[in-house]
Amino acid sequence: MSKHDIIMAGFGGQGVMSMGTLLTYAGMIEGKNVSWIPSYGPEMRGGTANCSVVISDSPIASPLVTKPTAVIAMNLPSLDKFESWLEPGGVLIINSSMVNRKAQRDDIIVVEVPANEVAQELGSSRIANMVALGAYVTATGAVKAESVLDSLKEALPAHRHNLIPLNKEALERGGAFAQQDRSSGR
Amino acid sequence: MSQPILMKGNEAIAEAAIRAGCRFFAGYPITPQNEIPEYMSRRLPEVGGAFVQAESEVAAINMLYGAAGAGARCMTSSSSPGISLKQEGISYMAGSELPGLIVNIVRGGPGLGTIQPAQSDYFQATKGGGHGDYRLVVYGPDTLQEAVDMVFEAFRVSDAYRNPVMILGDGVLGQMMEPVRFPPEDADVHKVEKPWATTGAGDGDTRLICSIHLEAEELNAHNMHLHEKYQAIKENETLYEEVEMEDAQLCLVAYGTTSRICRAVIEQCRSEGMKVGMIRPITLWPFPDKPISEAAKKVDAFLAVEMSLGQMVEDVRLAVNGRVPVGFFGRTGGLIPTPDEIVAALKRLVEEEGVTS
Repeated sequence: MSKHDIIMAGFGGQGVMSMGTLLTYAGMIEGKNVSWIPSYGPEMRGGTANCSVVISDSPIASPLVTKPTAVIAMNLPSLDKFESWLEPGGVLIINSSMVNRKAQRDDIIVVEVPANEVAQELGSSRIANMVALGAYVTATGAVKAESVLDSLKEALPAHRHNLIPLNKEALERGGAFAQQDRSSGR
Repeated sequence: MSQPILMKGNEAIAEAAIRAGCRFFAGYPITPQNEIPEYMSRRLPEVGGAFVQAESEVAAINMLYGAAGAGARCMTSSSSPGISLKQEGISYMAGSELPGLIVNIVRGGPGLGTIQPAQSDYFQATKGGGHGDYRLVVYGPDTLQEAVDMVFEAFRVSDAYRNPVMILGDGVLGQMMEPVRFPPEDADVHKVEKPWATTGAGDGDTRLICSIHLEAEELNAHNMHLHEKYQAIKENETLYEEVEMEDAQLCLVAYGTTSRICRAVIEQCRSEGMKVGMIRPITLWPFPDKPISEAAKKVDAFLAVEMSLGQMVEDVRLAVNGRVPVGFFGRTGGLIPTPDEIVAALKRLVEEEGVTS
């Protein structure tokens, strides 16, 4: 039985909420129990945003995540806030384009992804979230990358489906960083 | 049932209302429930319904009074401060025996408080809120699927007993997403007989909807009639769930979002060998006092958990009636209790009261 409790966090505008929505949708497509909840409060433009996603084989007790099995930190404040929340053995995805420090813990699996640089190489800075998500799904196997693409087909209007190949590439490029990290024995 | 759809709680409640035959909505914006009127403003015209963004919450509830009086299946929604403004109208609807659904996606109070989740409107929802001897039927769903199902149930009960009903959610329930399935739209729900509705008397008797009964004897008779109705609702419409109560020695009582956290607490405690169960009220009024009273014969202690400083716990204590200790744990201000905090509160209860677990 598997259960994934994920917190993803970053600046407003980094696509944190949509990254979480896509992951949730992908879990639902695979027939799993899923929930998504945004942090909401007196947020301001340019402030930090985060959402919690649960993907589970069994019905979800609490949708609120206090001990994540994975954290995706898209910027430094997110890493500072959530690194300590991770369960031992959990997966920490760090967007190294926006974070100038290493992880402090040694009881977790760390995957560093220069998500913004990779996105720039692919020609769209807005796709950094998909690069990070690719690293996450490869590192954890929570859902299949194909399911994320299937959920994109649902989420995007038909006239935007031309963006799906680009998203596929972003997921694969991100995923490669997680594989690299695995093969190096971490 | 349809394929599952991933939706926000607020949107799921709105879609459920439409599928349950709701054709009139009036409301005024307030966080964290704004997706409900937004969704209604788009969807209601598609099904031939009417959406009104009222000039105030007071106006919205009185529009509901009018729409209900004309026989429409109708709904309004708001969050705590806005629900306070609606109380006069709710009392008038109860007095005039008008059906209608009021949704409260609760935020922290008192006053303007905060936009973050809370359960501090329990007293207001279940103990009056407005003036006079009346009751609201109040539902406290804990999943989005249950919220959808309770919208259908609420409209049914509201029409069957000619009484306003409330769905008491919270910011978490309103803002989160979960897959939901909708039952197919039931054409019959539009055909509820309302021979009392002011749709034009024609050759029949005059129809009058009002809540004024100036003669003491007359108002007394009206109050007794309402009382009988409330007794029937208590008898027939109380809903609750028991979770792992077969061998439980400690019983959690929680509703809505808090009961979901308590499910995680039960898992955690059971893995440590603590026999913890839960009675989860689904209707908050009528309150499931019978199962709690029954459980008081078996368990060593109760712990009520709420996002308030202790409101529902009073109903738990009434039901337990002093037979075993009833503890309380709550967070306020938009803070949400964590499983670890609740486990610690359970352990404190066991220690302080000297009960076994």
